Amino acid sequence: MTNETLAGYANVSLYSAMAVFTIAMLCHAVYLAGLLPARDRATDRAAERAGDRSAERELVGAGATSASVDAASADVAPADAEPTGAAPVAGSAAEVPSRARAAAGIGSTTTWLGGMLLLLSVVLRGLSVDRWPLGNMFEFAVMGSMFTSLAYSIWSTRRDLRWLGLFITGPILLVLGMAVRVWYTEAAELLPSLQSYWLVIHVTVAVLATAVFTIGAAATAVYLVKDAFARSGRSSVLDRFPDAASLERTAYGLYIVAFPLWTFTLIAGAIWARQAWASYWNWDPKEVWTFVIWVVYAAFLHSRATSGISRQTASYIALAGYACIIVNFAVVNVFFVGQHSYSGL
Amino acid sequence: MAQQTRDVTEGITQPSLGAVGWLRWMWRQLTSMRTALFLLLLLAIGALPGSIWPQRSIDSARTADWIANHPRSGPWLDRLGFFEVYASPWFAAIYLLLFISLVGCVLPRSKVHWKAMRSTPPRAPARPDRLPSSATAETGADAEAVLAAAREVFQGKRFRTHAHDSTSVSAEKGYLKETGNLVFHLALIFVIVGVAVGHLFGWKGDVIVPVGKTFANSLIQYDTFSPGPWVDPSSLSPFRIKVDKLDATFEENVTGRGQFGQPRDFTAHVTTVAEPGVTPKQATIKVNHPLEMKGAGVFLLGNGYAPVITVRDKDGNPTFSGPVPFLAQDNNYTSVGAVKIPGAQPKQLGFSGLFLPTAVIDKEKGPTSIFPDAKKPALALTLFEGTLFPGGRPQSVYVLDTAEMAQVKTAKDQPLRIWLEPGKTFTLPGDRGTITFDGVDRFAGLSIRHDPGKYVTLVAALLALGGLIASLVIRRRRVFVRVSPAQDGRRTVVTVGGLAKGDDDGLQEVVEDVLAAVERRLGSST
Ligand code: HEM
Repeated sequence: MTNETLAGYANVSLYSAMAVFTIAMLCHAVYLAGLLPARDRATDRAAERAGDRSAERELVGAGATSASVDAASADVAPADAEPTGAAPVAGSAAEVPSRARAAAGIGSTTTWLGGMLLLLSVVLRGLSVDRWPLGNMFEFAVMGSMFTSLAYSIWSTRRDLRWLGLFITGPILLVLGMAVRVWYTEAAELLPSLQSYWLVIHVTVAVLATAVFTIGAAATAVYLVKDAFARSGRSSVLDRFPDAASLERTAYGLYIVAFPLWTFTLIAGAIWARQAWASYWNWDPKEVWTFVIWVVYAAFLHSRATSGISRQTASYIALAGYACIIVNFAVVNVFFVGQHSYSGL
Repeated sequence: MAQQTRDVTEGITQPSLGAVGWLRWMWRQLTSMRTALFLLLLLAIGALPGSIWPQRSIDSARTADWIANHPRSGPWLDRLGFFEVYASPWFAAIYLLLFISLVGCVLPRSKVHWKAMRSTPPRAPARPDRLPSSATAETGADAEAVLAAAREVFQGKRFRTHAHDSTSVSAEKGYLKETGNLVFHLALIFVIVGVAVGHLFGWKGDVIVPVGKTFANSLIQYDTFSPGPWVDPSSLSPFRIKVDKLDATFEENVTGRGQFGQPRDFTAHVTTVAEPGVTPKQATIKVNHPLEMKGAGVFLLGNGYAPVITVRDKDGNPTFSGPVPFLAQDNNYTSVGAVKIPGAQPKQLGFSGLFLPTAVIDKEKGPTSIFPDAKKPALALTLFEGTLFPGGRPQSVYVLDTAEMAQVKTAKDQPLRIWLEPGKTFTLPGDRGTITFDGVDRFAGLSIRHDPGKYVTLVAALLALGGLIASLVIRRRRVFVRVSPAQDGRRTVVTVGGLAKGDDDGLQEVVEDVLAAVERRLGSST
């Protein structure tokens, strides 16, 4: 039996989360805008006029000379475009204009809040139908967004990820928008083929892996853009991001978490397939794509360990893997004929 | 940090001499990391068509439809194996090459690693402070005390240590990283071995069993049976399954899009006999809860309606009586089927048409079902007469082969339409007798499968996962401690340097940790 009141509250929570994420996204955008060189200079001038923080400017200038020993930073841009060296943006708070810092603070708080509201929405939805809330595309999208935002928030307590905020909250809003406009499915019980504890194991891990891959893809995209800018010698707000090599390593760090999760998803899916469909592997379109995603990310890890393959090339392979994840979710669920017919559409 | 060069073969140019030289060159190419990468990407691309085009082994009817609807591209794609991707020679070529490459890559690496595991850490460099990570300190302790402390620290941190000279200690840890990597790659081979075993020795059969009927596990009872090449189909384990009852429930409460009418539960209540002479047992089979019989799993993969039909000749003698499974075509179980009466006189009769569990007559679609449960069942049939089995060709039980049959018409020369509700009888024109719709039964669609390779695959897959995690999480690190006299000649300079395989953001921390621990140890012991 479904409890419609609870399902209603779940939706209210979801809409609140979207409103909160909108604020978070705007704040993160303001933060990045605050990093723009022009703004920066203006702030500095103001600071100078105030006369009390003239040291700050020197600090910014000196940053370049203290560039890290990391060999990789040698390939990035002229020195003056790299004021923070290898240290992450946060390095010293004084380097970031105070307005931008305030915006980032609000952005980070609201991202936490949005994630919590999504968690609430997921819990209420689960209670309303008295089952694990992962039965259709709408529910996947909401839980996926929840994992993505919470993983980002938790991780940003350990290192400075403000530069990534816009690229996390933006996609989350997009996905939640799709969830409520296109994939919405009323709360209800599950199809017999989904009534299994393997749903909890397999799909939850798949959604979690997808969330980590999403953050990784955002970091990889930022890396590639920054790298392209750095090569062309043009300066941009990206100069205030962590240096290219450490962006790439950040992304790699995420992929080596997500890849074993995905491997587990694949294995758990096969075990479940044997329970539900008699054979652990049926080359069902969803299985094919899950396998393809796995192979592409395996290729990414390989390419990263192969001498003579650049980090850029490897990064493109990782993005190809993420493209497959998107296809697997948005296209295969809806348009391909297979046994995984649970999109709810 | 420089990229690693695990791939020792790359960059070595060989003066290729004759056939052996060429073979060796090809082998090296095949087993290089670049080739492995290329083949991996090729494997990903090669797997995709199977998700885009219908596959014969999964849905042969849809495949045939697709080819028929694309007369130009269909046959070409067929020739190229696009409807049988995972059994096509090119797909096999990709994964076989990949696995040959894997073996050729992993075996030599295993040998190298075996040796590395038993060897000592390498000699410390003369200047450890030139390594990617390093830290230096001065202490009042003498060189020997420092080195002894360093050894203890390393042992406490589970490093393997060795001193190549009297002023240094070399330490290394993280051999399990490579072990994990090798286990991962080797386990992948066993995944494939398990798949191959299942393919060669496994079998799968499907059968439709109406409620009240018994299925005995032997070849002739199956509707379809696909054995592996090395299976003896006459030696299947002799169990029997009687379907006593089939419960099906559908969503009636939630009316929103995508939910109303969705299935909620299917349960087959069965009586099983493991082998002749054994006492029967009650059991249930549900979706996700297969019944494990000796040597095979029994899965409830389908269900549907089997209207009970009786056909009588003009004198009222039954020529047919029993449940006739109709095959569902949509989510509301609009089902097609045929009733074949080979014993009818003077010509054989065949009924063909629809079973509708909740029947309505739609203005556009004609007779159709609007709900999957049997709320208002009806049969909509037409009648043919002639030869049911022309040429004795095999044919589907759900479809009439009307090649040598003629449709029976009404007096107005319209095709005869029969509409029957439960309990009703229809009198066929022209002394052909009657047809009665006695009631509605359900059938269970059972899939029975034997796969002796599945545990090999499972264990190998879990090993691969474990190896993968080890290989990604563990860090291979070398840390060196070297002592030298300080300028004043009395104190000792301790230099710690670290070297890692691949990126290692934590290396500097480890180096500093080691130095701090050494200092602490010296401080507490003096
Ligand atoms: C079925 C095909 C293969 C798959 C799915 C696969 C997958 C992977 C994965 C996921 C990794 C990352 C683990 C890590 O970084 O430690 C890896 C690493 C590695 N693979 Fe493979 N691999 C395959 C075939 C091969 C082949 C054919 C070779 C030899 C040419 C090879 C050599 C290596 C090496 C040397 C590493 C270690 C890289 C490092 O040092 O980090 N692999 N492989």
